[in-house]
Amino acid sequence: MAVETEAEEGGLVFHPLDQFIVKPLFGDGEIHWYTITNVTFWMALTILCVAGLFALGTRGRAIVPSRMQSVAELAYGFVYKMVEDVSGREGLKYFPYIFTLFLFIVFANFLGLIPTSFATTSHIAVTAVLALSVFLTVTILGFVLNGTKFLGLFWVSSAPLALRPVLAIIELISYFVRPVSHSIRLGGNIMAGHAVIKVFAGFAAIATVAPLSVIAIAAIYGLEVLVAFIQAYVFTILTCVYLKDALHPSH
Amino acid sequence: MALETTARAGIEPQVLQPIPVQVEGNNAEIEPTGEVAADLGVEAGAHGDGPVTAEVGYDAIDAHGGAEAAGMPQLDFSTFPNQIFWLLVTLFAIYFVVSRIAMPRIGAVLAERQGTVTNDLASAEELKLRAQEAEAAYDKALADARAEANRIADETRASIQADLDAELARADEQIGAKTAESEAAIAEIRAGAMDSVRDVATDTAKAIVAAFGATADDAAIAAAVDQRVKG
Repeated sequence: MAVETEAEEGGLVFHPLDQFIVKPLFGDGEIHWYTITNVTFWMALTILCVAGLFALGTRGRAIVPSRMQSVAELAYGFVYKMVEDVSGREGLKYFPYIFTLFLFIVFANFLGLIPTSFATTSHIAVTAVLALSVFLTVTILGFVLNGTKFLGLFWVSSAPLALRPVLAIIELISYFVRPVSHSIRLGGNIMAGHAVIKVFAGFAAIATVAPLSVIAIAAIYGLEVLVAFIQAYVFTILTCVYLKDALHPSH
Repeated sequence: MALETTARAGIEPQVLQPIPVQVEGNNAEIEPTGEVAADLGVEAGAHGDGPVTAEVGYDAIDAHGGAEAAGMPQLDFSTFPNQIFWLLVTLFAIYFVVSRIAMPRIGAVLAERQGTVTNDLASAEELKLRAQEAEAAYDKALADARAEANRIADETRASIQADLDAELARADEQIGAKTAESEAAIAEIRAGAMDSVRDVATDTAKAIVAAFGATADDAAIAAAVDQRVKG
């Protein structure tokens, strides 16, 4: 979210997407898979935040919790209840994985909102890995737990027999579209919000619209704070819904 | 030969020292001028940010900047392995924190709190029962005391009433006796008075009769007085 606009040759030049460039932290050169980049830095901060909240926050293990411990317990209870409500009691076995996803996304989203930071969840590479891992896990789990009965997910037995093949095709397509929508929803939301803020920041270079631009940035920032949480919530609850399909494939 | 090469490639001699040196050292293997220039151009273009000037360097920088501006950084597939690798590292680290630290601790705390709350509720229930028992006992004691007080009051009232009745009876009796006595005395006095009246009347009548100068027998006077007194 680097706020930098250059006025070149009398015209405004926007680089709203420059904030998403992955660059090496030390020196420059080719980016190998092991290169320490800004991705590494901001993901490391995500880990630190999670560790700080849960290792330091719950250090007291107090029955009457401190503030940090309350937040940690709140996050735990929030996701725990979500998994229990949506996936059922059998889904609680997979709670640690879902909690991990939620924590990563929510902290990455909020760290991405710090001005000049780098939003790791704005990258389709990141969200696609998250969504694909959910998709593959759920699919494999569905077949392992239910065998071929998992295919009943696509065979809507409550529909008239003539309609079922048509519905099966639709269900099949929608099933395979899941990882795509799952990943693009998160990445797209974060990217679009950050890019829009950047575009408004570009207009701030013109003195007459600068106040409007600043107000717009503040308003969109507020919206982005909401989006940062809601997208983490949506990603998590969809994971729970998919997990429910794997655990109970019948309609 | 060497000078010509650098000039045509547009590279400043002091920046790329090794080339003239190399050219000098391998004098025998020098290739045609055009090829050397082409090689240098390709190399400069590949690195993009090398210290090159003139047309070759300018084009290379332009091409580099153009590639970044044209597409979204999200679709720059060359950074994908890097992002995916660090994402997996991050996820494993967070999973470690969650499964080894967060869940045991928070789970234990929540269970402990649940236990404490349940215990407290149970003891509160017990205390409530005891309070109810105590209240019942208190009420019973109060009712007993009230009944006892009533009983004592009634008893006292009855005994006082009995005493009172006895006293009243005795007083009535005494009063009756006194009244009878007094009546007797009055009757006696009255009888005495009657006799005295007759005596006085007889005497007076005898005297009056004597004063008129007549004598009257006692019997006639007595009869006349009796008649009068009765009247």
